[in-house]
Amino acid sequence: MKKNKKLKRLVLGFLGIAVFLGIWQLAGTLGWVSTKILASPTDVVATFIDKLTNPKPDGSTLPQHIWASLKLALIGFGAACVIGIPLGLTMGFFKGMDHFFNPLFEIIRPIPPLAWIPVILLILGIGTTAKAFIIFVAAFVPCLLNSYVGIKRTRTTLINVAKTSGATDMQIFFKVGLPSALPMVFTGVKVSLGTSWATLVAAEMLSSSVGLGYMIQRGRTIVRSDIIIVGMLTIGVIGAILVFLLSLLEKKIAPWRNKK
Amino acid sequence: MAEARKQITVKGICKSFQNQEQSLQVLQDVTLDVNENEFLVILGPGQCGKTVLLNILAGLESADSGTVEFANGTPKYGEIGFVFQRYALFPWKTVLQNVEMHHKFQRVPKKERREQAMHFIRLVGLDGFENAYPAQLSGGMKQRVGIARAYATRSNIILMDEPFGALDAQTRYQMQDEILKIRSAEKTTVIFVTNNIEEAVTLGDRILLMSNKPSSIVREYVPELPRPRQNTDRAFMDLRNVIAQDMDLAL
Ligand SMILES: Nc1ncnc2c1ncn2[C@@H]1O[C@H](COP(=O)(O)OP(=O)(O)OP(=O)(O)O)[C@@H](O)[C@H]1O
Ligand SMILES: [Mg+2]
Repeated sequence: MKKNKKLKRLVLGFLGIAVFLGIWQLAGTLGWVSTKILASPTDVVATFIDKLTNPKPDGSTLPQHIWASLKLALIGFGAACVIGIPLGLTMGFFKGMDHFFNPLFEIIRPIPPLAWIPVILLILGIGTTAKAFIIFVAAFVPCLLNSYVGIKRTRTTLINVAKTSGATDMQIFFKVGLPSALPMVFTGVKVSLGTSWATLVAAEMLSSSVGLGYMIQRGRTIVRSDIIIVGMLTIGVIGAILVFLLSLLEKKIAPWRNKK
Repeated sequence: MAEARKQITVKGICKSFQNQEQSLQVLQDVTLDVNENEFLVILGPGQCGKTVLLNILAGLESADSGTVEFANGTPKYGEIGFVFQRYALFPWKTVLQNVEMHHKFQRVPKKERREQAMHFIRLVGLDGFENAYPAQLSGGMKQRVGIARAYATRSNIILMDEPFGALDAQTRYQMQDEILKIRSAEKTTVIFVTNNIEEAVTLGDRILLMSNKPSSIVREYVPELPRPRQNTDRAFMDLRNVIAQDMDLAL
């Protein structure tokens, strides 16, 4: 019964993708859209396989692009986690921290990440640091916000249990607040990862000679929609893989949530 | 009964809460004594401030006015056991970890705190479940963990806040027997809060009736019933009816 359902779901999922690809392919062969403007799926696959080893026409092979982008996104994302999570948790738990940082954060929060680009360029130039910083800015907010809300939602009774057991504030923070907040922290991290991956293209459009964003940008300049699409799909697939890896980690860290 | 030694003296406790520009008076002049090693039941209708009163006794909240005096000096956190309303177990901790938490916070060495925790897990009849997570337990079992955890503090005062309120009638009766058994094994003062008259009469050495908000203690009963008490007993039913009438009056 359960296996059947899973199979059905899998089949339907594949069917969805297949129908989409079919229509896309037909659009080209039946001449609805010029294949010059929109490359067909078969072209895209061919380009994908070719790009695995061929640096032409944009200067680097696909793995090189992926590696460059991944490095950039992970630096920005990593920094956002390392700073955003502890800050969010301590702000949510310790009143003084909250009062000190909250007004500042409320002002910074509504500024869209892309609005940071000019000032970042002015200060940091156009190197890797600048690009990583843009990703950091985008990824930082969901990390901080979810950690903050997560720890604030710690059940008062659980805090009271710890207090009546003689726990210190620090023990309550680490043993009660932190584990309570963990599911939301993870949600924040997942959103952050998605955001950093999505901001990548914008960051790499600044100025790059390598990276998936650069590859897409380059594809547009030389009018090669197959390259653009390979770049887009690669971003999509890698984003999905990263989020999947995070869910695995989440299950490992929070085993009590699946022991029903 | 021989003159009992007073353990806690509560005098004139008042407590109100400020909620969006209006003030809610919950406790008004609550005065009571708690004797050493007695099983004191505080019986009151829903929302009358029973939890607030226990929180004040435990030091989790402070009264607006009035005093709480302990014969052996005001206990620090960790020196009063508290069984919370609706379980309050840590979902990410196993039964054993939940019970040994108190000792862990006090940095008791692992081996010793394991032994202590296992002693109380056996006492509440949960041996074999020490590595289960709360989500895997039934309501009655969860509350057993809460009781074991409170007793594991080894304090001589244990507060119980409607511990069986969320249980079905069958489990409730069973847990009432259980709590009396535990109590004969571990001599402590128990302050037990409930809104269930029958439960109060089954358990209490003494019963204090609380009125509706703003609440105070309005009556005291000392059931002269032999234990184990049967709710089919004449005297049991009489007392139950008296309390039920008083409760209606008090509301
Ligand atoms: N921290 C608080 N802030 C504001 N109001 C509160 C607070 N704690 C309790 N109250 C109010 O005080 C009243 C009494 O609450 P309390 O939880 O003590 O009642 P109770 O007798 O334990 O009820 P129950 O039988 O449902 O457990 C309620 O009306 C509640 O809304
Ligand atoms: Mg209550």
